Amino acid sequence: MNGVHDMGGMDGFGKVEPEPNEPMFHEEWESRVLAMVRAMGAAGAFNIDTSRFYRETLPPHVYLSSSYYKKWFLGLEEMLIEKGYLTRDEVAAGHATTPGKVLKHGKFDLSNVERIMVRGKFARPATATARFNIGDRVRAKNIHPTTHTRLPRYVRGHVGVVELNHGCHVFPDSAAMELGENPQWLYTVVFEGRDLWGADGDPTLKVSIDAFEPYLDPA
Amino acid sequence: MSHDHDHHHHHDGDHSELSETELRVRALETILTEKGYVEPAALDAIIQAYETKIGPHNGARVVAKAWTDPAFKQALLEDGSKAIGTLGHVSRVGDHLVVVENTPQRHNMVVCTLCSCYPWEMLGLPPVWYKASPYRSRAVKDPRGVLADFDVTLPKDMEIRVWDSTAETRFLVLPMRPAGTEGWSEEQLADLVTRDSIIGTGFPKTPGAPS
Repeated sequence: MNGVHDMGGMDGFGKVEPEPNEPMFHEEWESRVLAMVRAMGAAGAFNIDTSRFYRETLPPHVYLSSSYYKKWFLGLEEMLIEKGYLTRDEVAAGHATTPGKVLKHGKFDLSNVERIMVRGKFARPATATARFNIGDRVRAKNIHPTTHTRLPRYVRGHVGVVELNHGCHVFPDSAAMELGENPQWLYTVVFEGRDLWGADGDPTLKVSIDAFEPYLDPA
Repeated sequence: MSHDHDHHHHHDGDHSELSETELRVRALETILTEKGYVEPAALDAIIQAYETKIGPHNGARVVAKAWTDPAFKQALLEDGSKAIGTLGHVSRVGDHLVVVENTPQRHNMVVCTLCSCYPWEMLGLPPVWYKASPYRSRAVKDPRGVLADFDVTLPKDMEIRVWDSTAETRFLVLPMRPAGTEGWSEEQLADLVTRDSIIGTGFPKTPGAPS
Protein backbone atom coordinates (compact mmCIF):
# COMPACT_ATOMS: atom_id res chain seq x y z
CA MET A 1 0.00 0.00 0.00
CA ASN A 2 1.11 3.55 -0.67
CA GLY A 3 1.39 4.39 3.03
CA VAL A 4 3.55 6.80 4.97
CA HIS A 5 5.72 3.86 6.01
CA ASP A 6 7.11 3.85 2.45
CA MET A 7 9.25 6.90 3.13
CA GLY A 8 12.36 6.43 1.00
CA GLY A 9 13.11 9.78 -0.65
CA MET A 10 10.65 11.87 1.37
CA ASP A 11 11.83 15.28 2.57
CA GLY A 12 11.17 17.25 5.71
CA PHE A 13 11.81 14.78 8.53
CA GLY A 14 14.88 16.64 9.69
CA LYS A 15 18.25 15.53 10.93
CA VAL A 16 19.21 12.05 12.03
CA GLU A 17 19.80 12.21 15.76
CA PRO A 18 22.17 9.55 17.09
CA GLU A 19 21.85 9.09 20.85
CA PRO A 20 25.12 8.47 22.69
CA ASN A 21 25.04 5.38 24.91
CA GLU A 22 21.51 4.61 23.86
CA PRO A 23 19.77 2.12 26.19
CA MET A 24 18.25 -1.02 24.67
CA PHE A 25 14.82 0.12 25.88
CA HIS A 26 13.78 3.63 26.91
CA GLU A 27 10.77 2.41 28.90
CA GLU A 28 10.11 -0.95 30.51
CA TRP A 29 6.86 -1.41 28.56
CA GLU A 30 8.81 -1.36 25.29
CA SER A 31 10.51 -4.61 26.27
CA ARG A 32 7.14 -6.21 27.11
CA VAL A 33 5.79 -5.23 23.68
CA LEU A 34 8.82 -6.70 21.93
CA ALA A 35 8.44 -9.93 23.92
CA MET A 36 4.68 -10.19 23.25
CA VAL A 37 5.16 -9.69 19.51
CA ARG A 38 7.88 -12.32 19.35
CA ALA A 39 5.94 -14.75 21.53
CA MET A 40 2.60 -14.48 19.71
CA GLY A 41 4.33 -14.71 16.35
CA ALA A 42 6.21 -17.83 17.44
CA ALA A 43 2.98 -19.31 18.78
CA GLY A 44 1.56 -19.01 15.29
CA ALA A 45 -0.91 -16.13 15.71
CA PHE A 46 0.58 -14.31 12.71
CA ASN A 47 3.59 -14.23 10.40
CA ILE A 48 6.17 -11.45 10.13
CA ASP A 49 4.63 -10.02 6.96
CA THR A 50 1.16 -9.78 8.47
CA SER A 51 2.59 -8.00 11.51
CA ARG A 52 4.32 -5.48 9.22
CA PHE A 53 1.08 -4.90 7.33
CA TYR A 54 -0.79 -4.08 10.54
CA ARG A 55 1.78 -1.43 11.41
CA GLU A 56 1.55 0.03 7.90
CA THR A 57 -2.23 0.30 8.13
CA LEU A 58 -2.13 2.48 11.23
CA PRO A 59 -3.60 5.89 10.31
CA PRO A 60 -0.82 8.07 8.86
CA HIS A 61 -0.93 10.62 11.69
CA VAL A 62 -0.71 7.82 14.25
CA TYR A 63 2.15 6.12 12.39
CA LEU A 64 4.19 9.31 12.18
CA SER A 65 3.59 10.49 15.74
CA SER A 66 4.06 7.17 17.55
CA SER A 67 7.34 5.84 18.84
CA TYR A 68 8.62 2.60 17.34
CA TYR A 69 7.37 0.29 20.06
CA LYS A 70 4.07 2.19 20.29
CA LYS A 71 3.53 1.27 16.63
CA TRP A 72 4.40 -2.32 17.45
CA PHE A 73 1.88 -2.28 20.29
CA LEU A 74 -0.93 -0.71 18.27
CA GLY A 75 -0.35 -3.08 15.36
CA LEU A 76 -0.23 -6.11 17.67
CA GLU A 77 -3.42 -5.25 19.53
CA GLU A 78 -5.43 -4.60 16.35
CA MET A 79 -4.08 -7.70 14.63
CA LEU A 80 -4.94 -9.97 17.56
CA ILE A 81 -8.46 -8.54 17.69
CA GLU A 82 -9.03 -8.93 13.96
CA LYS A 83 -7.65 -12.47 13.94
CA GLY A 84 -10.01 -13.41 16.76
CA TYR A 85 -7.47 -13.96 19.53
CA LEU A 86 -9.14 -11.39 21.78
CA THR A 87 -12.07 -9.00 21.68
CA ARG A 88 -12.49 -5.24 21.93
CA ASP A 89 -14.55 -5.80 25.06
CA GLU A 90 -11.65 -7.64 26.66
CA VAL A 91 -9.25 -4.84 25.72
CA ALA A 92 -11.65 -2.31 27.28
CA ALA A 93 -12.03 -4.44 30.42
CA GLY A 94 -8.33 -5.25 30.69
CA HIS A 95 -9.17 -8.90 31.34
CA ALA A 96 -10.05 -12.03 29.43
CA THR A 97 -13.77 -12.80 29.47
CA THR A 98 -13.80 -15.68 26.99
CA PRO A 99 -11.57 -18.74 26.56
CA GLY A 100 -8.54 -18.44 24.27
CA LYS A 101 -8.43 -19.56 20.66
CA VAL A 102 -6.21 -22.50 19.76
CA LEU A 103 -2.74 -21.34 18.65
CA LYS A 104 -1.11 -23.15 15.73
CA HIS A 105 2.09 -23.81 17.69
CA GLY A 106 0.55 -23.86 21.17
CA LYS A 107 1.10 -21.71 24.23
CA PHE A 108 4.36 -19.76 24.28
CA ASP A 109 6.20 -21.02 27.35
CA LEU A 110 9.80 -21.13 28.53
CA SER A 111 10.64 -24.11 26.34
CA ASN A 112 10.08 -21.94 23.25
CA VAL A 113 12.42 -19.08 24.08
CA GLU A 114 15.60 -20.51 22.60
CA ARG A 115 14.12 -21.21 19.19
CA ILE A 116 13.01 -17.62 18.63
CA MET A 117 16.52 -16.33 19.20
CA VAL A 118 17.58 -18.02 15.96
CA ARG A 119 16.55 -16.20 12.86
CA GLY A 120 13.84 -17.84 10.80
CA LYS A 121 14.46 -19.28 7.35
CA PHE A 122 12.65 -17.73 4.42
CA ALA A 123 14.28 -19.60 1.52
CA ARG A 124 12.07 -22.16 -0.21
CA PRO A 125 12.61 -24.72 -2.99
CA ALA A 126 12.25 -23.27 -6.49
CA THR A 127 9.07 -24.13 -8.35
CA ALA A 128 10.21 -22.58 -11.64
CA THR A 129 13.48 -21.45 -13.20
CA ALA A 130 14.65 -17.91 -12.55
CA ARG A 131 13.47 -15.45 -15.18
CA PHE A 132 16.45 -13.12 -14.79
CA ASN A 133 20.21 -13.56 -14.80
CA ILE A 134 22.90 -11.56 -13.06
CA GLY A 135 23.60 -8.48 -15.19
CA ASP A 136 20.12 -8.31 -16.75
CA ARG A 137 18.48 -4.91 -17.03
CA VAL A 138 15.08 -4.91 -15.38
CA ARG A 139 12.36 -2.33 -14.82
CA ALA A 140 10.57 -2.17 -11.47
CA LYS A 141 6.89 -2.40 -12.29
CA ASN A 142 4.68 0.63 -11.88
CA ILE A 143 2.25 -1.12 -9.54
CA HIS A 144 0.29 0.26 -6.61
CA PRO A 145 -1.22 -2.60 -4.67
CA THR A 146 -3.43 -1.44 -1.79
CA THR A 147 -2.27 -4.44 0.23
CA HIS A 148 1.21 -5.26 1.59
CA THR A 149 4.17 -5.06 -0.76
CA ARG A 150 7.93 -4.71 -0.36
CA LEU A 151 8.44 -2.78 -3.59
CA PRO A 152 9.15 0.78 -2.45
CA ARG A 153 7.57 3.62 -4.43
CA TYR A 154 10.86 5.35 -5.16
CA VAL A 155 12.02 2.63 -7.57
CA ARG A 156 8.75 1.97 -9.39
CA GLY A 157 9.06 2.53 -13.13
CA HIS A 158 12.86 2.76 -12.96
CA VAL A 159 15.42 0.54 -14.65
CA GLY A 160 18.13 -1.22 -12.69
CA VAL A 161 20.54 -4.12 -13.04
CA VAL A 162 20.26 -7.54 -11.39
CA GLU A 163 23.32 -7.96 -9.18
CA LEU A 164 22.58 -10.93 -6.90
CA ASN A 165 20.19 -13.86 -6.96
CA HIS A 166 19.20 -14.97 -3.44
CA GLY A 167 17.12 -17.97 -4.52
CA CYS A 168 13.41 -18.41 -3.91
CA HIS A 169 11.93 -16.82 -0.78
CA VAL A 170 8.53 -16.51 0.85
CA PHE A 171 6.63 -13.79 -1.04
CA PRO A 172 5.59 -11.14 1.50
CA ASP A 173 2.78 -9.77 -0.68
CA SER A 174 1.03 -13.15 -0.41
CA ALA A 175 2.08 -14.14 3.09
CA ALA A 176 0.96 -10.85 4.64
CA MET A 177 -2.57 -11.40 3.37
CA GLU A 178 -2.51 -15.04 4.58
CA LEU A 179 -2.66 -16.30 1.00
CA GLY A 180 0.20 -18.75 1.44
CA GLU A 181 3.97 -18.49 1.02
CA ASN A 182 3.87 -18.42 -2.80
CA PRO A 183 7.73 -18.49 -3.03
CA GLN A 184 9.34 -16.25 -5.64
CA TRP A 185 12.86 -15.63 -6.90
CA LEU A 186 14.54 -12.80 -5.02
CA TYR A 187 17.18 -10.53 -6.58
CA THR A 188 19.28 -7.58 -5.50
CA VAL A 189 18.63 -4.92 -8.14
CA VAL A 190 20.85 -1.85 -8.24
CA PHE A 191 19.78 1.57 -9.55
CA GLU A 192 21.82 4.65 -10.43
CA GLY A 193 21.09 7.47 -8.01
CA ARG A 194 20.44 9.89 -10.85
CA ASP A 195 17.93 7.54 -12.46
CA LEU A 196 15.96 7.66 -9.23
CA TRP A 197 16.42 11.29 -8.20
CA GLY A 198 17.05 13.13 -11.42
CA ALA A 199 19.95 15.12 -12.79
CA ASP A 200 20.48 16.89 -9.47
CA GLY A 201 20.95 13.59 -7.67
CA ASP A 202 24.28 12.54 -6.18
CA PRO A 203 26.33 11.23 -9.17
CA THR A 204 28.29 8.87 -6.91
CA LEU A 205 25.16 7.18 -5.51
CA LYS A 206 23.86 3.71 -6.30
CA VAL A 207 20.88 2.27 -4.43
CA SER A 208 19.78 -1.34 -4.35
CA ILE A 209 16.63 -3.04 -3.20
CA ASP A 210 15.88 -6.73 -2.86
CA ALA A 211 13.15 -7.34 -5.40
CA PHE A 212 10.92 -10.36 -5.81
CA GLU A 213 10.52 -11.54 -9.40
CA PRO A 214 6.85 -10.43 -9.71
CA TYR A 215 8.03 -6.84 -9.10
CA LEU A 216 10.18 -6.86 -12.25
CA ASP A 217 9.86 -6.69 -16.03
CA PRO A 218 12.70 -7.13 -18.54
CA ALA A 219 14.07 -3.79 -19.73
CA MET B 1 3.01 11.31 21.30
CA SER B 2 5.43 13.17 23.44
CA HIS B 3 4.64 11.23 26.59
CA ASP B 4 6.16 8.16 24.96
CA HIS B 5 9.50 9.89 25.10
CA ASP B 6 9.11 11.32 28.59
CA HIS B 7 11.60 9.46 30.72
CA HIS B 8 10.86 11.35 33.89
CA HIS B 9 7.37 10.26 34.79
CA HIS B 10 8.32 6.67 35.53
CA HIS B 11 9.62 6.01 39.03
CA ASP B 12 10.41 2.59 40.37
CA GLY B 13 7.84 1.53 42.92
CA ASP B 14 5.59 4.44 42.06
CA HIS B 15 2.80 3.27 39.81
CA SER B 16 0.47 6.18 40.41
CA GLU B 17 1.59 7.92 37.27
CA LEU B 18 1.52 5.12 34.75
CA SER B 19 1.12 6.44 31.25
CA GLU B 20 -1.82 5.45 29.11
CA THR B 21 0.53 3.35 26.99
CA GLU B 22 1.93 1.50 30.00
CA LEU B 23 -1.57 0.72 31.20
CA ARG B 24 -2.60 -0.57 27.79
CA VAL B 25 0.52 -2.72 27.44
CA ARG B 26 -0.06 -4.22 30.89
CA ALA B 27 -3.70 -4.90 30.08
CA LEU B 28 -2.75 -6.70 26.87
CA GLU B 29 -0.22 -8.87 28.68
CA THR B 30 -2.85 -9.70 31.30
CA ILE B 31 -5.32 -10.75 28.63
CA LEU B 32 -2.76 -12.84 26.71
CA THR B 33 -1.77 -14.55 29.96
CA GLU B 34 -5.32 -15.19 31.13
CA LYS B 35 -6.21 -16.66 27.76
CA GLY B 36 -3.33 -19.08 28.04
CA TYR B 37 -1.40 -17.75 25.04
CA VAL B 38 1.81 -16.76 26.81
CA GLU B 39 3.63 -17.44 30.04
CA PRO B 40 4.90 -14.19 31.63
CA ALA B 41 8.12 -15.94 32.66
CA ALA B 42 8.74 -16.76 29.00
CA LEU B 43 8.35 -13.09 28.12
CA ASP B 44 10.89 -12.26 30.85
CA ALA B 45 13.24 -14.81 29.33
CA ILE B 46 12.90 -13.31 25.84
CA ILE B 47 13.82 -9.88 27.17
CA GLN B 48 16.75 -11.30 29.11
CA ALA B 49 18.00 -13.10 26.01
CA TYR B 50 17.91 -9.87 24.00
CA GLU B 51 19.69 -8.03 26.77
CA THR B 52 22.49 -10.55 27.17
CA LYS B 53 22.96 -12.67 24.05
CA ILE B 54 22.82 -10.35 21.08
CA GLY B 55 24.70 -7.16 20.47
CA PRO B 56 27.30 -5.46 18.29
CA HIS B 57 30.09 -7.52 19.88
CA ASN B 58 29.02 -10.38 17.59
CA GLY B 59 29.43 -8.26 14.47
CA ALA B 60 32.71 -6.84 15.75
CA ARG B 61 34.22 -10.30 16.12
CA VAL B 62 33.29 -11.16 12.55
CA VAL B 63 34.86 -7.96 11.20
CA ALA B 64 38.05 -8.42 13.21
CA LYS B 65 38.40 -11.99 12.00
CA ALA B 66 37.93 -10.88 8.40
CA TRP B 67 40.71 -8.32 8.91
CA THR B 68 43.16 -10.95 10.13
CA ASP B 69 42.18 -14.07 8.18
CA PRO B 70 42.10 -13.66 4.38
CA ALA B 71 40.51 -17.08 3.80
CA PHE B 72 37.72 -16.23 6.23
CA LYS B 73 37.25 -12.85 4.60
CA GLN B 74 36.86 -14.46 1.19
CA ALA B 75 34.37 -17.00 2.54
CA LEU B 76 32.49 -14.22 4.33
CA LEU B 77 32.06 -12.18 1.18
CA GLU B 78 31.00 -15.26 -0.79
CA ASP B 79 28.43 -16.52 1.73
CA GLY B 80 28.03 -14.49 4.91
CA SER B 81 25.67 -16.85 6.71
CA LYS B 82 27.84 -19.90 6.03
CA ALA B 83 31.10 -18.24 7.04
CA ILE B 84 29.67 -16.75 10.24
CA GLY B 85 28.07 -20.10 11.01
CA THR B 86 31.56 -21.62 11.24
CA LEU B 87 32.39 -19.34 14.20
CA GLY B 88 31.13 -21.27 17.17
CA HIS B 89 31.48 -18.35 19.55
CA VAL B 90 28.98 -15.97 17.99
CA SER B 91 25.23 -16.37 18.17
CA ARG B 92 23.61 -18.53 15.54
CA VAL B 93 22.50 -16.36 12.68
CA GLY B 94 20.30 -18.32 10.36
CA ASP B 95 20.20 -17.59 6.66
CA HIS B 96 20.37 -14.65 4.33
CA LEU B 97 23.29 -12.58 5.64
CA VAL B 98 25.16 -10.67 2.95
CA VAL B 99 28.47 -8.99 3.80
CA VAL B 100 29.53 -6.02 1.67
CA GLU B 101 33.05 -4.67 1.69
CA ASN B 102 34.11 -1.05 1.93
CA THR B 103 37.08 -0.20 -0.30
CA PRO B 104 38.99 2.99 -1.10
CA GLN B 105 36.61 3.30 -4.07
CA ARG B 106 33.29 2.42 -2.48
CA HIS B 107 31.45 3.04 0.78
CA ASN B 108 28.42 0.93 1.72
CA MET B 109 25.50 1.93 3.92
CA VAL B 110 22.46 -0.08 5.02
CA VAL B 111 18.89 1.11 5.57
CA CYS B 112 15.36 -0.23 5.70
CA THR B 113 13.10 2.43 4.18
CA LEU B 114 9.90 0.41 4.67
CA CYS B 115 10.25 -0.60 8.32
CA SER B 116 13.30 -1.46 10.42
CA CYS B 117 15.00 -4.57 9.03
CA TYR B 118 18.39 -4.94 10.68
CA PRO B 119 20.81 -7.79 11.42
CA TRP B 120 19.67 -8.31 15.05
CA GLU B 121 21.76 -11.41 15.61
CA MET B 122 24.95 -9.60 14.66
CA LEU B 123 24.28 -6.07 15.95
CA GLY B 124 21.55 -6.37 18.58
CA LEU B 125 18.32 -4.39 18.46
CA PRO B 126 18.53 -1.35 16.17
CA PRO B 127 19.03 2.11 17.65
CA VAL B 128 16.08 4.53 17.58
CA TRP B 129 17.60 6.64 14.79
CA TYR B 130 17.81 3.62 12.46
CA LYS B 131 14.05 3.04 12.87
CA ALA B 132 13.06 6.72 12.70
CA SER B 133 11.76 8.73 9.74
CA PRO B 134 14.78 11.03 9.16
CA TYR B 135 17.17 8.14 8.45
CA ARG B 136 14.67 5.96 6.58
CA SER B 137 13.57 8.81 4.31
CA ARG B 138 16.95 10.36 3.49
CA ALA B 139 19.42 7.47 3.37
CA VAL B 140 18.48 6.45 -0.18
CA LYS B 141 18.37 9.99 -1.60
CA ASP B 142 20.94 12.00 0.31
CA PRO B 143 23.30 9.58 2.04
CA ARG B 144 26.09 12.14 2.24
CA GLY B 145 23.73 14.48 4.07
CA VAL B 146 22.85 11.67 6.46
CA LEU B 147 26.54 10.90 7.01
CA ALA B 148 27.13 14.57 7.82
CA ASP B 149 24.67 14.13 10.72
CA PHE B 150 27.14 11.51 12.00
CA ASP B 151 30.11 13.83 11.36
CA VAL B 152 31.26 11.47 8.62
CA THR B 153 32.61 12.84 5.35
CA LEU B 154 33.54 10.73 2.33
CA PRO B 155 35.86 11.76 -0.49
CA LYS B 156 33.87 13.55 -3.21
CA ASP B 157 34.48 10.94 -5.88
CA MET B 158 33.94 7.86 -3.74
CA GLU B 159 31.01 5.71 -4.86
CA ILE B 160 28.36 5.37 -2.21
CA ARG B 161 26.18 2.31 -2.29
CA VAL B 162 23.02 2.18 -0.21
CA TRP B 163 21.44 -1.23 0.44
CA ASP B 164 17.72 -0.96 1.16
CA SER B 165 16.73 -4.06 3.15
CA THR B 166 13.39 -4.70 1.49
CA ALA B 167 13.32 -8.50 1.93
CA GLU B 168 14.57 -10.94 4.56
CA THR B 169 18.15 -10.54 3.39
CA ARG B 170 20.29 -8.74 5.98
CA PHE B 171 23.39 -6.71 5.20
CA LEU B 172 26.59 -6.18 7.16
CA VAL B 173 29.21 -3.69 6.06
CA LEU B 174 32.81 -4.84 6.32
CA PRO B 175 34.64 -1.59 7.05
CA MET B 176 38.23 -0.97 6.04
CA ARG B 177 40.85 -1.91 8.61
CA PRO B 178 42.29 1.21 10.24
CA ALA B 179 45.88 2.11 9.43
CA GLY B 180 48.45 1.63 12.17
CA THR B 181 47.05 -1.72 13.35
CA GLU B 182 49.67 -3.98 11.79
CA GLY B 183 50.28 -7.01 13.97
CA TRP B 184 47.25 -6.39 16.17
CA SER B 185 45.38 -9.41 17.48
CA GLU B 186 41.79 -10.18 16.55
CA GLU B 187 40.70 -9.21 20.08
CA GLN B 188 42.48 -5.83 19.90
CA LEU B 189 40.98 -5.14 16.49
CA ALA B 190 37.47 -6.08 17.62
CA ASP B 191 37.63 -3.23 20.15
CA LEU B 192 37.99 -0.77 17.27
CA VAL B 193 34.89 -1.97 15.44
CA THR B 194 31.81 0.14 16.13
CA ARG B 195 28.18 -0.72 15.50
CA ASP B 196 27.83 2.25 13.18
CA SER B 197 30.82 1.13 11.11
CA ILE B 198 28.94 -2.11 10.36
CA ILE B 199 25.78 -0.18 9.38
CA GLY B 200 27.92 2.15 7.26
CA THR B 201 27.18 5.36 9.15
CA GLY B 202 30.59 5.48 10.77
CA PHE B 203 34.18 4.29 10.63
CA PRO B 204 36.04 2.01 13.02
CA LYS B 205 37.92 3.77 15.80
CA THR B 206 41.51 4.62 15.00
CA PRO B 207 44.35 3.41 17.20
CA GLY B 208 45.12 5.78 20.03
CA ALA B 209 42.04 7.94 19.49
CA PRO B 210 39.82 8.50 22.50
CA SER B 211 36.86 6.10 22.35
